[in-house]
Amino acid sequence: MKPNTKFLQGNEACVEGALYAGLRFFAGYPITPSTEIAETLSARLPQIGGKFIQMEDEIASMCAIIGASLTGHKVMTATSGPGFSLKQEALGYAVMAEIPCVVVNVQRGGPSTGNPTHVAQGDVMQARWGTHGDHAIVTLTASNHQDVFAMTVEAFNIAETYRTPVILLFDEVVGHMREKLVIPAPGEIPLVERLRTSVPGGVDYHPYLPREDGRLPMSDFGGVHRYNVTGLFHDMWGFPSDNPGVVHGLMRHLVDKIENNAGQLARYKEFELQDADTVLISYGSAARSALHVVRNRRARGEKLGLLELQTLWPFPAALVRDHCARARSVVVVEMNTGQIMREVKAAVKNPENVFLANRIDGTLITPTDIRNILRLIQGRGV
Amino acid sequence: MAVKDFIRERFFPHIWCPGCGHGIVLNSLLRAVESLGMSKNEIVMVSGIGCSSRISGYLDFHTLHTIHGRALAFATGVKLSRPELNLIVPMGDGDALAIGGNHFIHAARRNIDLTAIVMNNRIYGMTGGQFSPLSGCGVMATTAPFATVDQSFDVAELARAAGATFVARSTTYHVQQLTKLLREAILHEGFSVVEVLTQCPTYFGRRNKMGGAVEMMKWFKDNTTPVGSKAKTENPALIERGIFVQTERPEYCKAYDQVIERAQKGKK
Repeated sequence: MKPNTKFLQGNEACVEGALYAGLRFFAGYPITPSTEIAETLSARLPQIGGKFIQMEDEIASMCAIIGASLTGHKVMTATSGPGFSLKQEALGYAVMAEIPCVVVNVQRGGPSTGNPTHVAQGDVMQARWGTHGDHAIVTLTASNHQDVFAMTVEAFNIAETYRTPVILLFDEVVGHMREKLVIPAPGEIPLVERLRTSVPGGVDYHPYLPREDGRLPMSDFGGVHRYNVTGLFHDMWGFPSDNPGVVHGLMRHLVDKIENNAGQLARYKEFELQDADTVLISYGSAARSALHVVRNRRARGEKLGLLELQTLWPFPAALVRDHCARARSVVVVEMNTGQIMREVKAAVKNPENVFLANRIDGTLITPTDIRNILRLIQGRGV
Repeated sequence: MAVKDFIRERFFPHIWCPGCGHGIVLNSLLRAVESLGMSKNEIVMVSGIGCSSRISGYLDFHTLHTIHGRALAFATGVKLSRPELNLIVPMGDGDALAIGGNHFIHAARRNIDLTAIVMNNRIYGMTGGQFSPLSGCGVMATTAPFATVDQSFDVAELARAAGATFVARSTTYHVQQLTKLLREAILHEGFSVVEVLTQCPTYFGRRNKMGGAVEMMKWFKDNTTPVGSKAKTENPALIERGIFVQTERPEYCKAYDQVIERAQKGKK
């Protein structure tokens, strides 16, 4: 194998992507099935002068990366269901204070301790609405190791561009499965570095005053600008305010900077959609089985296509609507009780044509499962 | 640099009630910082949620006002990523030792170079006077209308047991001593804890019939004694003031530098 070609776990592919993107600080806590990310980074980060810390709990891990991000570093934490629940309050802090960071959730079965060593995709809505209060969030996912790598790099780029936390919502199958990864040469994937203010020291710097393009240049903690960061609604200095105008303005800014860019943030893959009368929509490891069905049925002349979503939030509603416009039926393939299906139904013109092909027993949905559901929809029986 | 230069005048008046002890702690802290001749750019103040935590917003340092109980976890991220910065973490008693208790003992265990100030007024003031883990037994609070039956922590003993390498206590009455202790704590390399007994006349004093701010500060004068004094042996109920722990143990960020060294040696 060439030196840049690896055979590894999805969790390790995520680590490779994070290091490629410039990760320098990771705080974590052991939890199945994401632990390999912490283990690998505990070895890799100090080799490049970065920092790894195992914190006392999931909450502390989330808090520590936010603190480290403020000093100017690219940061990440990784967890799974129960840990993701614990991180929610601090995740909301990163939303409110606009702190770039990447949070990996390698999904397992839930609720509660659930099914720790088995696959599920039940945290899609938690990624969207897990922290309290109105807010927008970016969530990316992937179905294979090359895409895990690419989406991890994207996550860091988006976090820096929009000053926002980005969630990487992988799953146990992708996290633990081993397959090939070709690591791109440096520079092959463009990286977004932190936008720092050009305001010189001694001149009033407004950490929360957006530029004309909506971006907010940052100043590293410990640098020449001293300012306040808070989880309270705040003015352009970062000082707490409950002035209705300030509260409304900040809420609009936080939501609009993500939702208004839903089109730009949409990452997806199309397979055989050009003339498809049946469109499968899937993501994560479920999309592997969906793609298998598409290839298999195409060979038999069935007009089947797949839209693989890599951006789950903001939900690419316009993209889904366009791609489903000519379809007789739309089948959402996911391993939960229909979390993305509901979004698809809300997006398309004819929601009555949207069906769910799912599996919720901790095992990967198979091509046979999907094929059987397709036959039922077509009225042909299994 | 004059003490007033450490203040963000734009954000005054502060939110604290008349008679609150937190302003005295602020004053004392700034005098300690001034005496050390530190640059404002070297200081990062991280706080949580509560009356005490608002201290950070009023000061012209790098200030991070975080979420309830987690100030030390945020501060750990700042410190480990930029060890050359000086981290000061003011917290309330509920903030530091109820919701934040786990972070408190683990920051002490790591001996990471943070200065934790526990502003102990024995009550949750911001939410209107509920008892805290430091209220102790027999205290009236809005959530203890028949008086508390909860036992309290001894912050100094807890910090010592968890591994803090500098532990001290003073009160808002003993401002000269407090300034000296805060100065020592900031200078100390490792996890340092200064507990400050501070008065909340609005919620603790009124409900427990302790009088106003002056009477409560007088209570601090009459009910505390220097560490190791004879008075303590004669009256064990007295609360000791002064330095309880001042030892050396490897500091976490320095220790992590050795991890980096070993990792890079292994690679090359």
